[in-house]
Amino acid sequence: MKFSFSGEQEEFRSNLRRLLADVSPPKEVRRLMETDAGWERDGWRKLNETLGLTALRIPEAYGGHGFGFGELGIVLEEMGRALLCAPYFATAVLATGAIINAGTEAQKQALLPDIALGETIATLACAEDDGLWEAAATTLMATPSGSGYRLDGHKSFVLDGHTADTIVVLARAPGSSGETGLSFFTVRGDASRLERRLLKTMDPTRKLARLAFSGVEAALLGEEGAAAAPFGRTIIEAAVCLANEMVGGAERLREDALAYAKMRMQFGRQIASFQSMKHTAADMLLDVELAKSAAYYAAAALDDGDADVAATASLAKACASDTYMQTAIHAIQIHGGIGFTWDNDTHLWFKRAKSSEVLFGDASYHREQMMRHWAA
Amino acid sequence: MSEVNEATVRAEVRAWLEANWDPELGLIEWRNRLAESGWGAPHWPSAWHGRDLPAGLVPVVEEEFKRIGAVGVAKAGIRVLAAATILTHGTDMQKEKFLRRSLTGEDTWCQLFSEPGSGSDVAGAVTRADLRGNHWVINGQKVWTTSAHKADWGLLLARTDWDKPKHAGLSYFILDMKQPGVTVHPLKQMNGHASFNQVFITDAVVPPEMLVGEVGQGWAVTTTTLMHERRGADGLRTWAQASDRPGRCYEEERAEIKTTMEPYKWYPQRAGRVDLIVQRAKQTGRFEDPVVRQEIAKVLIMSKAAEWTARRARAAQEQGRPQGPEGSLGKLASSYIARAAARVHTQVTGANALLTGEDSPMGGVIAEILVSVPATSIAGGTDEIQHNIIAERVLSMPKEPSVDTGKPFRDVPRNTVR
Repeated sequence: MKFSFSGEQEEFRSNLRRLLADVSPPKEVRRLMETDAGWERDGWRKLNETLGLTALRIPEAYGGHGFGFGELGIVLEEMGRALLCAPYFATAVLATGAIINAGTEAQKQALLPDIALGETIATLACAEDDGLWEAAATTLMATPSGSGYRLDGHKSFVLDGHTADTIVVLARAPGSSGETGLSFFTVRGDASRLERRLLKTMDPTRKLARLAFSGVEAALLGEEGAAAAPFGRTIIEAAVCLANEMVGGAERLREDALAYAKMRMQFGRQIASFQSMKHTAADMLLDVELAKSAAYYAAAALDDGDADVAATASLAKACASDTYMQTAIHAIQIHGGIGFTWDNDTHLWFKRAKSSEVLFGDASYHREQMMRHWAA
Repeated sequence: MSEVNEATVRAEVRAWLEANWDPELGLIEWRNRLAESGWGAPHWPSAWHGRDLPAGLVPVVEEEFKRIGAVGVAKAGIRVLAAATILTHGTDMQKEKFLRRSLTGEDTWCQLFSEPGSGSDVAGAVTRADLRGNHWVINGQKVWTTSAHKADWGLLLARTDWDKPKHAGLSYFILDMKQPGVTVHPLKQMNGHASFNQVFITDAVVPPEMLVGEVGQGWAVTTTTLMHERRGADGLRTWAQASDRPGRCYEEERAEIKTTMEPYKWYPQRAGRVDLIVQRAKQTGRFEDPVVRQEIAKVLIMSKAAEWTARRARAAQEQGRPQGPEGSLGKLASSYIARAAARVHTQVTGANALLTGEDSPMGGVIAEILVSVPATSIAGGTDEIQHNIIAERVLSMPKEPSVDTGKPFRDVPRNTVR
């Protein structure tokens, strides 16, 4: 297992950080989060082309660069830090993951090159109104129809579901239950009889949609009835990627709060000189560094094909969930009254911390998952 | 000179070990060979029993020792801190007298810093060193002194000037412990062990050549010692493990480790024994309780993340890159983990946590965890001091306004002892 980034990786990170600071300052985050789409195609296409971001982990055979989760983790950490408003997680982690994990050779050839180029925005629709990211909870029904399938039911909490060009949908065969009878399907975003509604999200930087399917035409992705395993794998990858995104945001909050404490004067001295502030700041550093170690380790475990990766992924997600939220709470406290205002930027990351805490399962859920995988 | 890299170092140390290692040698004789060859402390300067090897290549040497099963130099105890301090600040005479014997393990050392009146505030020491004639005369009391009853030498922090501000009035000495003015009493702890001592010093004598650094520079020298102590407390400290192989050298090392590690035998319990939690929870049936499982998971997560953080720090060090903040966090993390682990052990143990000794689970090990963990957040720098160090040195937060550093030490309010 590697415990450090290479020189090339560090250089990639610092270039990316510089660029994202430029294209995604808080002012731009605020502008985009007020839009319904939550991102803009021209801006995103340009950024993606410059750095080849959606191509990063797609194998070279499908028009990608063939990098691993170590590099993907770096990208997500920096995007989390900059609070970039873009359909990256949905496209490059969720949809790409589902296609790589489940798709046939021909389907990968057909779907991945356009994602790598940044032409196709894609997402994965799995959870439903009960908000569970577990295969067995699926109720959306897929009925054979002609040469294809028709989907009936609903999906919710779909990342960028209202703007995606292609939607990978997890659905089940009539009469099936549990983890059997599940298949992936692809659906066009503009398909008829698909109703997409933007949900009002507490975190405006992460757009979610509810999708209602009433006989929507769909194409099978991968093997029929065998989606449970590739879905499980995709969610493990998503948990690891999100953990990496989260530690980037947590570190940004920590740094901003520290900078504020050094600048803010009360009682004739910098508030950073009070031990109560210092002890909080030291604990924030400890929390964030531990969560970073777990997130990096989990990404390396994915790349290494580690047998314990499910437990490690849950460990990293649980650790990041608690840490990001706790860091956000401390950051607002350190800012005092100004930290509770709309004009101060802290709440943007606070809300991202909250949405990340819950997405794909909160800390308690992942602690239980970890115990099941690890200590059973 | 040929290039020094992993391959050349590995080949060289392997050839040397194959030609020289003999398990039937006496321990001291073998370690003297190590000191002569420089392979015992390869990162030390070549002038002083080392080979000027970059720190990143030391693990290669350790691997080769392990591969052939060769015994290494004496690594346990305060002698490592003494050697590191003398290497940095000592005179050639002191290096000549002490360094080789620290590697062979012939000398035993103790650290005489803490006093009853100065714990976290080590620089507030009031043990005095007065120059009388040609000798320093020492009077005062030290505490928390591991192995003082066995030590040949003590690393002594004492006040030589009461008119200077507190840090500027300190000097650092090497004290001969085997002299009439030094009396050692064991100090019994809340867990029943007595790993530490109180040291009473009355008119003990130190010759002038046993001053380390200049008069008044004692704090700088002390900082070096403490830095090495903290570095050793990052959670990756290798517990001295005796080999069970036959051979005179192994036998003598086993005896040495037994003596050296005696004061530390409860230290695994002090750290909270995270390794026992799952097994114990399964034994007691609490593993099935979802509330307890959550608490167990929290401890395991913190413990794993801290382990990986320490490995990140070590990886950076091995690559010769500057250590990030992750290097300063190990002690604080250990302390949080120990406390959380003790809480979970109690949950898992239930009513049996009321008992101790042979009446309690695992012959007293669980009970010993519960009464040993409070030491973790105090020993070697309290959590409060660790927080300040991280905040001030890593995060560059300003110090609190000081009330004791600007004036002569004799005017600083302090504890009255006895």
